[in-house]
Formats: sequence, structure tokens, C-alpha cells
Amino acid sequence: MERFDDPYDDTRIHVTPAVIEPGHTFDSVTDKISALVLRKRTPLGWWVGLAASFVLTNMMLGTIIYLVFTGIGIWGNNQPVGWAFDIINFVWWIGIGHAGTLISAILLLLRQQWRTSINRFAEAMTLFAVACAGLFPLLHTGRPWLAYWLFPYPNTMGIQPQFRSPLMWDVFAVSTYATVSALFWYTGLVPDLATLRDRARSKFGRVVFGMMSLGWRGSARHWARYEVVYLLLAGISTPLVLSVHTIVSFDFAIGIIPGWHTPIFPPYFVAGAIYAGFAMVLTLIIPLRKFYGLEDFITDRHLRNAGKVMLATGLLVAYGYMSEAFIAWYSANKYEQFMMLNRFVGPYAFYYWSLITCNVIVPQLIWIRRVRHSHVMLFVVAMFVNVGMWLERFIIIPISLHRDFLPSSWGMYAPTIFDFTMFFGTIGFFFFLMFLFIRFLPVISIFEMRTMVPEAQIKEEA
Amino acid sequence: MHIKDTFPELYQIRRRPLSIEGVRARLTNKRGREFWQSLEELAATEEFEELLHREFPQHASEWDEGTDRRTFLKLMGASLALAGLAGCSYQPPETIVPYVRQPEGIVPGKPLFFATAMPWTGGAAPLLVRSNMGRPTKVEGNDLHPASQGAADVFSQASILGLYDPDRSETIINRGEVRTYTAFLGEISTALEAQKTKQGAGLRFLTETVTSPTLAAQLRDILRNFPGARWYQWEPAGGNNASLGVRQSVGDFATSIYNFAAADRVLALDSNLLECGPGSLRYARDFASRRRPADGDPREISRLYVVETTPTNTGFFADNRLAVKPSEFEGIVRAVAAGVGAGGAGTSPGGPAAEFVNAVVADLKAHAGASLVVAGDEQPPIIHALAHQMNAALGGVGKTVSFVEPLEENPTDQLNELRTLLGEIDAGAVEILVVVGGNPVHTTPADLKLDEARMKKVPLTVHLGLYEDETSELSQWHIPETHFLEAWGDTRAFDGTVTIIQPLITPLYSGKSAHELLAAFTDQPDRKGYDILRQYWLTQGRASLMSAGASNAAGTPSAASVGAASTGGTQGGMTNGVAATGGATTGATAGGGQASSARAAGAGTLTAGATQAGAATSSSASATPEFEMAWRKALNDGFVSNTARKPKNVSVSANAATSGAASAGTQAGVAGVAPVTGVAPAPLANGGAGAFEIVFRTDPSIYDGRFANNGWLQELPKPLTKLTWDNVAIVSPATAERLGVGDTPDGAVAWDSPKRVNRITAKGGELRVELLRLTFKGRRVDNAPVFILPGQPDDVVTVHFGYGRKRSGRVGGNEHDKSVRGFDAYALRTSDAMWSGAGLGVEKTGEDYPLASTQIHFQMEGRDIVRAGTFAEWTHDPELAPESERKRPPEAAGETRTPPEGDTLYPPYDYSEHEDEGLRGYKWGMAIDVSTCVGCNACVVACQAENNIAVVGKEQVARSREMHWIRVDAYFRGAVERPDGVYFMPVPCMHCENAPCEGVCPVHATVHSAEGINEMVYNRCVGTRYCSNNCPYKVRRFNFLLYQDWETPSYKLMRNPEVSVRSRGVMEKCTYCIQRIEYAKIEAEKQGRKVRDGEIVTACQQTCPTEAIVFGDLNDPASRVAKLQAQKRNYGLLADLNTRPRTTYLASVRNPNEALPAGKEGKA
Repeated sequence: MERFDDPYDDTRIHVTPAVIEPGHTFDSVTDKISALVLRKRTPLGWWVGLAASFVLTNMMLGTIIYLVFTGIGIWGNNQPVGWAFDIINFVWWIGIGHAGTLISAILLLLRQQWRTSINRFAEAMTLFAVACAGLFPLLHTGRPWLAYWLFPYPNTMGIQPQFRSPLMWDVFAVSTYATVSALFWYTGLVPDLATLRDRARSKFGRVVFGMMSLGWRGSARHWARYEVVYLLLAGISTPLVLSVHTIVSFDFAIGIIPGWHTPIFPPYFVAGAIYAGFAMVLTLIIPLRKFYGLEDFITDRHLRNAGKVMLATGLLVAYGYMSEAFIAWYSANKYEQFMMLNRFVGPYAFYYWSLITCNVIVPQLIWIRRVRHSHVMLFVVAMFVNVGMWLERFIIIPISLHRDFLPSSWGMYAPTIFDFTMFFGTIGFFFFLMFLFIRFLPVISIFEMRTMVPEAQIKEEA
Repeated sequence: MHIKDTFPELYQIRRRPLSIEGVRARLTNKRGREFWQSLEELAATEEFEELLHREFPQHASEWDEGTDRRTFLKLMGASLALAGLAGCSYQPPETIVPYVRQPEGIVPGKPLFFATAMPWTGGAAPLLVRSNMGRPTKVEGNDLHPASQGAADVFSQASILGLYDPDRSETIINRGEVRTYTAFLGEISTALEAQKTKQGAGLRFLTETVTSPTLAAQLRDILRNFPGARWYQWEPAGGNNASLGVRQSVGDFATSIYNFAAADRVLALDSNLLECGPGSLRYARDFASRRRPADGDPREISRLYVVETTPTNTGFFADNRLAVKPSEFEGIVRAVAAGVGAGGAGTSPGGPAAEFVNAVVADLKAHAGASLVVAGDEQPPIIHALAHQMNAALGGVGKTVSFVEPLEENPTDQLNELRTLLGEIDAGAVEILVVVGGNPVHTTPADLKLDEARMKKVPLTVHLGLYEDETSELSQWHIPETHFLEAWGDTRAFDGTVTIIQPLITPLYSGKSAHELLAAFTDQPDRKGYDILRQYWLTQGRASLMSAGASNAAGTPSAASVGAASTGGTQGGMTNGVAATGGATTGATAGGGQASSARAAGAGTLTAGATQAGAATSSSASATPEFEMAWRKALNDGFVSNTARKPKNVSVSANAATSGAASAGTQAGVAGVAPVTGVAPAPLANGGAGAFEIVFRTDPSIYDGRFANNGWLQELPKPLTKLTWDNVAIVSPATAERLGVGDTPDGAVAWDSPKRVNRITAKGGELRVELLRLTFKGRRVDNAPVFILPGQPDDVVTVHFGYGRKRSGRVGGNEHDKSVRGFDAYALRTSDAMWSGAGLGVEKTGEDYPLASTQIHFQMEGRDIVRAGTFAEWTHDPELAPESERKRPPEAAGETRTPPEGDTLYPPYDYSEHEDEGLRGYKWGMAIDVSTCVGCNACVVACQAENNIAVVGKEQVARSREMHWIRVDAYFRGAVERPDGVYFMPVPCMHCENAPCEGVCPVHATVHSAEGINEMVYNRCVGTRYCSNNCPYKVRRFNFLLYQDWETPSYKLMRNPEVSVRSRGVMEKCTYCIQRIEYAKIEAEKQGRKVRDGEIVTACQQTCPTEAIVFGDLNDPASRVAKLQAQKRNYGLLADLNTRPRTTYLASVRNPNEALPAGKEGKA
């Protein structure tokens, strides 16, 4: 029994579930994945999902229109809680976006082959999550039409942005991250787009995929350049995984509010982001592989590994919570102590303990082998983590703000209906993009999967 | 949905049938450059409103969370104003004499200052009003006037909003139809013809308390012509009990004047003398002058004892406070009186009260001659009589208290007068009832109600009022009244000094002043207010006016001589001492001040281009040059010096109180059994039906209801509860526990909270409380929201007047659109329980009600926020720093030790003087003395007016989004269950040296100026709100929605042109009134000098009655602010965060009696 769980046991392919089911050939892999886009009838479930997410997307758009015309006062933000759902959602989505880059870049560099079948998907997830995240900092400003002032561009006002502000750093961090993620994702898509171009039956498909594949012919020279670019982008992305959430955490750590002003935030946020990202990956791929019959490519092993990563980062996050509490006590600073006590027993204590339950207690189930091997249980745990990570930001942002230094300024915070329409709207938007992606692009990297089939393996070993 | 569907009634209010008569009436009332477009518009028909509404898309129905109040205001404001108001008004044609800054007269862009006054029962508020190109924009106190010395209270300052209120009544209305004034005069003259035959036997005038010499003379003239006519006065609140009390003790009406500067020990008997109503501004200043411990000055500060029935600012400010039930109040007072030898047989009460009484008695006696007992206006005459007797026994008469001729022109027992009037109405004897101002239909007691039946019974009823209110609705004629800033008049300040009311602008809505209305009852019905006033002073008042002029024969006195005249010359022997203490500070400001130079040059130089008009209209004879000079000086100064009421030689009857008690029949026992006069509450005999006692008070923000439609005042947090937009039934925590209302406090702040607290919802500033049903003497109110206030005596419910207005404006609410705000406490008030009574029944209704509060936590949680100590502690340790700050060695820099200067990554700012750079050299700073802040809110309103701060409405306050730039924090001191007071702490922006907001703004929208000011650049702000999050003082305010009313034209006139009007999505905050700084700097630069200390006065500082706020240049070691910041008790709020605030605080020093438990409490 124990050896199944040995993390160093990857070599024993005959006992560990493979990253690809036996019996696949180059052809079958290509056929199976490209068929999702080119051959298969669009399943009814896809239409239902797309419609539902489209409705939510429109809800988001409606909220945005109302917001821009009325002001962010339609949300529940107030004085002292200047940031609430807007920034919670921003950080939450950015966190979710982390798994993609981590899987694509870091695992690539670490030669973790099991990543191959989920990296495309995870990258797309990253991209869409960052798109959702990016909406919030833009729209949370009082005058979104002037938000471009945060960019350093030559202007007649003769003013540059304030480089001391973490929000300024955010602009760079997030826009760089979005750009590199998009490039990385697209670069990885090019060979597959060429495959689709070649296999497309309709003229329209051939033209569109032809344009998108940028003239890829699969020549050795193309492949050589591709490999270099892909590796370089992976190299560039790798520090971004750390930097983006580090900088996002600076939004708080630079502030002087008790509960924000904490040097542990950068590593703690990065761990949290990976945690959240893997939870979202699991949330998405467990149903996906089921509905699209991709069990051959996204195997139990993937799920199990993702679960293990989640458990590991979850423990890091739990350490963060402990450290926060310990430092609050050890600092002998009464504001910090009050902040912690307020989290424990204050008016929002329910959410704090929910956070601990979702993020610390429930994920411990993954230690149990049966849970780890059960798709349903993994999905449930991942859902808990999704909620928990959202709560974590809820605890950090409004709960720290609502009772800070002067008791006279203490207040409370409650979201309005528009906070929810915006939040669920972005979830809808995310799924809307996700559904389009599933339908129109290969969700699994075809050419990389081809390197997984035994033929390819043998060659390499030979 | 069309707004009309939501509020159909509103359209009914504004809808008048299109009648030729009406159109003619409206045209007659138009003047000047107003014009109209169509008959429909003129008649303001529904169709036109509809057209207007549809035609302008920005007014069209909006999609929002319902139609909230603000949107509604904007929509309505625009359409109304289009129909009513032309763009600009000009100054009236009569000669008015301004304060000028520039001798050359009006310089475009430069404001002028005119002296005027707001009439008020207990003494007018002498004002100096800023006028920007003919538009009054800001009300300040008249710094020359002995009753103001520059301070102004919330009501007078907010009156500017009342002036521009688009809801004010615009037209004369007769039985629902618009009519002309000529038609009114016609009907009156017919009616008067009929009256002449019976000597006016059916003619009745009902005024508010009259302190205007001219108005009184007019009324007397009318009464002379119609001997059968009667003049009654009714005001729901005010000093009537005080007058009656004086009469009871000295045998005649007189006004008592106090000298707090000479009082070492003050005992206030339910007197809210520090709340800074217009009449007590001077008292607050004098009192504060004895409350400022200074390094190296060993003199003891004065001590204030308060015995009160419901918490007030004064009570919570006091050094020792005793909260008692109304029924026990008189017993306590009698015990004190007996103790100090003021006669009467007081039985000593038991328990803590006895201890308190004994300590007070001993202390007062020990300071005989320098002690003062003051009774509150709400207390029955007997308490006043006892107070005067105590003062006499303690040797205070002539030293700390003096009696002068009554302030009122015709002091009477108003309740009796009302009773008589109603009797006459019921008997059918009243044929013409003229209600001059006031709103008696709303404000009369429930058992003496001037109700609909009575109003209908009078054949001809006339109402003069600012608004179409409850009274006007029942009157046959409603005449729109001019605002005091639009009309001529005169009044008296608290000491009787005659104070001239000058108009600042032509009437916006063609109203009539009281003087002009009364002229209708004479043979010259068309006389203008100016003529009436001037005629009075030319003839009857000539002597006092001329004598005042003679004292400054030069006519253009220097600032110093005016100061001397106003302080030394005016007030008779007793108040001299007062003046001398106040004089030092006044002189200091005057020396460098803007106002003084303006005044010196001002007299008569500028006549607003209308001298000829003035000359033409000023009627009749003998306007000699001497008179002209004296008149101009009176207008210039705003008051007639030497007209303070003459001291009255009286002797306080030693047994007045006892005899009064005897006459009432029941001699006082103590322990809660002892009504003496009918006004005192009955004992708790029938505990079953109503085991509670009720206390009535005027509302701290909207007074008796007259300011119900004033958004600034509605949104002004009430000093102790910090509630806005509502009145509540205040109960103590123990009573709440007993009633089972309120919430149990949550864990994090439960350490020493009382068992029951107000329930806070998650919205932000919202409390959700239960509605109580209050039953009192068979009358009931079903919707009184309960509010738990520690410090309230148990089993006592306090309610405030002014709310529950059935017919008010859009802000104040009305019955027609079901927007009535709060509950009507007048419905419970009876003539035998005017201010308090026993036998109140309280029931829970089980319904919830939201309240909007600006502060929901009133404890310091052991943090170093307000530093405080007793006087004894201060003499021992002048720093009064908390333990943690004092005891810790520097190397153990823990949470509360201020980090050393320069402990930052960024280079320090340089404020030193550089010869070639004009910019540098100033380093602005502010010091706020917590010792003298009485929490009166005057600074909040001053700031709101000066800086064009928006009103956000109750819903937004409930979301914690109020916009005030300065707030007054209140923290309980002592045990939470039974606090012995509150620390008031005004919090503007700290303008930190290491400002946490500056570093986090991504777009440089908040930056450090070369003079140390933390500037906010609205144009650059994109609204990330990071600055606000990162501000530990939470002084920044964000425009979450479009809070400013950009559409109502009248509000455009009101705004200060020197200050940007902020729009949606930007952050704003205190600027240290940077427009005033720049103004002074430009003036100084033109003269090639540096700005003098005291030349720049921020709005909050300018108006502060207790001079708790001082602003100036920290680079100048001689400046007042630098000296204050050098005081040992100076400290920076949250300075341990290394923000290096340049607004600093001076620790609060109280002087409690060590013999009492509260005194032993020690520092917080």
C-alpha cells in the first residue's frame, strides 16, 4: 500500500497510473483531441453551459454599465472599508491564475512530464482568470475612464505615476503576467493550430486555423526555434509566478493597517495562489475529463498529483495563518493583538473559522489515500479550497479594515446585490471563455501528448 | 417608473389650477430680471412639470435602488428652481454698510463681510456673513460683538443653507390659491375696518419670543390703535422658565447673566450651557478660558459640577456629574440649597447622591464668591429660583451672576398666554389670528394644541413663515417670510446688546419680514422693513444709538478702540472681568487679523452703490450727520454698543423658593417624591401603567423642528449619540436590559461593555433598533426607536422634539409622500409636563427600524487616543502620557513610543526659509485642545459651509459614507456602564509629515506641499481609495456616488467659489482651508511681509466657541500654535505609527473633586 504513495516512485510506470492510458498511438492521440474541435457534434451540455455562463456574463456587463454610470457606491464599500469585494475578487482571480503558469513553466523546467496533459488547459485558465482579475482594479476606481493614468506614458500633464505605490507595481506585475501568459499559451498552441488547420474539413476552419498557426509547417527548423522560444518563455514565466502574487501581497504589506502590515505576506500569498490555482484546476478538469471522455489523457495520476500539490501548499498557507497569529501575540503590539482577537471572536469570526475549516481542516483529508483516489472527494475538497481562498482575502481585506486604529472610525461592511452580480458575473465570464476554449481550441496539447505515447518514449530511451 | 407615480402627493402640493388670478399673483411677486416662458410654467401645472421632466434626459426617471432621497432631491430641485428662481439676485437698494477687506470697495473675486445677526430666544447670534459678489456664502460669528467674539453655533452657520433652500415657500397662498400681497392687504384692511368698531377685540397676534425692539414697538403701536387686541408669545423651547424663575426669586422679570470667567466652581443644574446655542457662545468661551492649564501656570482650572436628568454635552464634559431622574431632581437641588445656606429645608438624599451633594456643598462654600449655580432653561422656575438663591447665599450676585433688564421685550408666562389664547378661540372671541413666525400647530403641547378645529374656528387666520408647514396648511393666508439674511431687523444678544440684522441679498422668493407684515395692520401697510427699522432708531431708539456713537466720536475707530469699546464700554461693571480675560485672545487675533483692518477702514466707505436709495427711502426728519454716523457704525459693527441691558438692582428673596414651594402646596420630600409646581413631574405613584419617566428636549441638531428641512443639520451627528436624520428614545443600558431591547455586545469589544448595546448591522454606520410604543397621559407614539446611551439615568426615557414633521420639505419629510422623519415628541408633551414627567408607559412593538450613525464605537479600548488626567495629575506630570509611553526605555520601542525623528527611508522635507524662494518658510500646523472641546459641532458645520461639503442622506450615512472633513469623536470615560463623561476629540486631517496616504497613491493625487500640507489633487484622483485605507485616522472621504447637487441653481449661489466642488469618484479631505492660507499669503506677499500669526484662521478654528482649535506657522516659535505644541501636554495622535502628525492634541485636563468616586477614577 505505502509504495503507491511514494512521491519518488514515478519511475515505476507499471504500478503507478500512467500519464496516458496504454494503447494510444500518435494517430489516436491526435484524432481524439482534435476531434473535440473538428469532428464531434457539439454536445448539448456545452450549449447549456455556454448559455448559462453567457447569461452570467451579461449580468456582469449590466453591472459594469450601471457601475460606470452611477459610481462604485452601488457596491457595499464604505469608510473605513475602502476595498472589499473588488479587491478580494481581484486577488482571488489572480491567485487562481497562478496554477497555469506554475504547471506550464515550472513543471516544464523541472521536467515533470505529467504536466503535459493539463498544461494547455491550465494556461487557458490562467489567462481567463487574469482577464477576470484585471477587470476589478480597473472598475474599482472611482473614475475608471482615467485609470490609464496608472500607466507611465509620456503625457502633456508632465506627471508620471507614483513609483512608490504598490498599486503602480501591480499594474506592471499584472500586465506583464497577462502578456507573458498569453504569449506562452499561444506559442504552445501554434503546432496544434497547424494540426487543426491540416485536419479541418471546412474552408472556414482551414482559413482561420491557417491564419492562427502563423505558417507553421512542422519543419525541423520550426521545431528548433519553437523549443527555444518555449523554454525561454518558461524561463521568463517562472519568476513571474513568484513576483505577481508577491507584488499583489505588497498592496497590503506596504500598508500600515494591522492585518496588512506583515512581512510574511509575499511567500504566504504565493503559496496561497498556487493552492487556489490547483484547487481550480481540479475543479475544472474533474468534470471536463468525465464529460469529454479524456480519462485516457488526464489520468488518476494527474488528479492525485494535483491533490498532493494542493495539500503541500495548503500546509504552507496554514503555516501562514499560524505565523500571523503568533506574530500578533509575539509583537506585543496591541493593534496587532486586537486585530487577531477580532478575527477570532469579532463580528466576522464566523468567516474566520470558516476559512480555517475550508483551508486548513478539510484539505487534511487528502492525506487519506481513499480521498486522494476519489474524484468526487477531490472535487469536494477543491471546492472547499476555492471558497476558503476567497474567504482568506475577505478576512485580510475588509476585516482588517473594519476595525483599525481609532475605535471612533470603526465600521462594518456588508456587500450589496451588485457586489454579487459582479462577482458571479466574472465567474460566468470565466466559464464563458472556458466553454469557448473547449469548443474551439485543443484543450490538451496534441503534439506534447504525442511525445507521451510509447512509440515516442521508446525512441527517446533508445 | 415616473417619479410622479412614486410621489403623487408631491405633485399635488406644487400643482395649482391655472387661473388668471394666480398667474397675475405670481407675476406681481416677480421682480428684476426674472422672466417666464409660458403660462403653463408660470402656473407650474402638472402638465408642465411632466413636460419638463421628459424634456431633460438627466432628470428623467433613473434606474436606482428605488428612488432614493438624493436622486429625488436633485430631480425636484432642478425643476422647481427653473420655475422659480432667476440666476442672480442683487443687493437690496437700501444702504448697508459692509465690513470690507479693501477700502476701495468691491474687488471682483474678493469677498466682503457684513455684520448681521440671527434672532434667537435666549439671545441672538451676532454674525459676520461673507458675501461673494453679492451672494452670501458663509456665516461666521461677529468677532467684535461681545456675545459672539467670532464664534457661531451650528444653527446660525447652517442657516445659509436654509436661505437657499429650494423648498422655502415662494408665494402668498390664500386658501390653496396663489394670491398677491395686494389682495392680502385688501382682505386685512376690510377685516380691520370691522375690528375698528370694537377696538380690535377680535384681533390676536401670536409671535415667537420677541427680542426685537422695533418689532415690539410696532406691536405696541398696533395695540394702541386696537386696545382690544392682544399679543401673545409662544415658543416651544427657550428661556421662558428662566424668566419666570427670576421673577419668582427677585420679584420681577429680569435676565440673569453669568460670568464664567470669574467662577472657580460652577454647578450646572440640568443646564446645557456649553452646547453653544446662540445665547451661550460667550458663556462657553468664558468657561473655556478657565480650563486651559498652561505649563508654568499653577492656577487651578475651574471645576464644573453637573446634576442632570439626561446626558448633555455639558454634563458629559463636566468634572463631576450626577445623573438623576427628573422626579428626584428637585430634592437634590433643595438639598444642595439647604447645604449652602440658601434656606429651605432640604433632606439629604441617600446613596451616591448624598455623597455628591455633600461634596458639592462643601466645595461651593469653600469658593464662596467665586462659585456659580446655573439652572437650565428646561427646569421649572422653582429650580431657577433656588439657583439664584444659592448664588445669593454664596455671594455670587454681582460677581458671577448679575441681573439685568429682561432680554425679552415683553416677558410673560408663555404657557399661560397660550392657554388664554386657546380659551379665547374656543369661546369664539378670536376673529383674526396672525401667527408671526413659528409653527404653533406643530409645537404646541398636546393638551393645548392649536389644532385644526381651533384654526378653523377663527374666521381669518394669517401665517407668516419660511416654509409651507403645518400651521400654514391650516391658515387661510400664508405669507412667505423673508430669511433673516434677506431682511432688515434688530434683535438683542444674550446680554441685551442691540444687534442689527442687515440683509445680504434681495429676498429670493419675494417674502415679507415680520416688520413688513405688521405694517399691514397700520395705516402705512406698504412700508419697507428698512424704513420701519430706521424710523424706530431715528425716533424711539435714537438716544441709545447716539450715545453709542458718542462713545466713539471719531466715527472711524481703530481696531483697538473698537475692541476696547465693545469689551470695556458696553457691559457694565460685572462683565468687565469677562471681557478682560477674553480680550487677550481677541486682541491677539484682531492685531494681525483681517477682520480688524477691514473694520477700521470699513465704516461708511462702501455702500453697495445704493446710498441714494437709502437716502431716498429713509423717511422723515432729523437724520442728522451725527445720527448717520452712529447708524453706520451700528451697521458696520453689527450692534449698537452701550445697549447691553442695564444691571437691575435686585435682591434675591431668601425665601422665594420656599414660598413658591409652599404656594404649590406640596412641600418637598426628597427621594423622588416632590413636585413643587405643576411643571415638575409627578411622583411615581402609579407604577403600573407607566413606570418610566419621560424627559423632553429640543434636538441638538434641528432644535424645535424649525431646521427640519436643513440637510446640513439633519446630517450633523448629534453630539452624544452620533445619530443623524432621526430622533430616538434614549434609555440607559440597565433600562434596556429590563425592557429586553438592544443587543448583547460582541466578543471583541465586550471586555467592559454594558450588557445591552445598540445593535449594529453590517452595513457600516447602521444601527437596527426596536421601535417602542410610548404612552404618556393617554397619548401615545408608536414609532420611537430605542437608543441605549450609557449615562442616562435608569427608567428615564428622553425624547427630542423637531421630528415627525407632517408638512415639511423634501429633506425634513412630510405626510403626503409618507416620508415623515422620526416621531413627533410634541404629541406626548402636555402643559403639566413641559420638559419632563412621570408615568410614561413603554412597550416593545417588535418592529425594527434603521438608524444612521457616524460613530458606532465609543470606547478607546485602552489605546493611547485621548490623553487625559486630572488637574492634580497634571501638576504632577504635565505630559499625561500613558504608562506604556512613559515607562518604556527608548530601546524597548514597543507599540506606543514615538519613533525618533527621521526614522524613515525617505529624505526629510525642508521647510526652512530660503531667501530666493518665496514658497518656503512656512510650516503649517494645528493644535487642538481636548481640554476645552465641548463637542458642540460648530466646527463641523463651519467646515461643511466653507468647503462645499455635500450632504449624502440617511441611506448613505447608514453605509458609513458621510463626507464631513472634520468629525468630533466621542469616547466615554470612566466605567462604561455608568460613564462619568465623554472626551470630545475633533479630528481633521493630521497632515502627517510621513503621510501614509501619500506613498500609496499610484497617480500622485495626494502630495506633500512645500509648507507641509498634505494636499489632495482632485483632478488627478482616479479613486483607488488606497489612501483612505492606509490612513490610520480615517479622515479621508470618498465620493462613492455623485453626492454634490450640481443642478439646483440656488445651491450654486451658495457655494464658496474658492473651493472646488467635488464630483463622483474622487477622494477628498481637510485641506487646512488652503484657500484661506493662499489668500493670506497673497495679501502678505503684496505687502512684502510674511503672514502674521493669527492672520490665517481655518473655518473650524474661526467658529470654535471655546477656541480649542489653533492654526498657524510652526516655523515661527512665537506663534500660538507653536507655543501650544511646545506645551508638555501636547501629543500626536497615534504618533507611535511614525506618521508625525502636524495636527496635534493637548491632553485633556479635568478637575474632578477628589472626594467623589469619579474623581478617584484617575486617568483613562
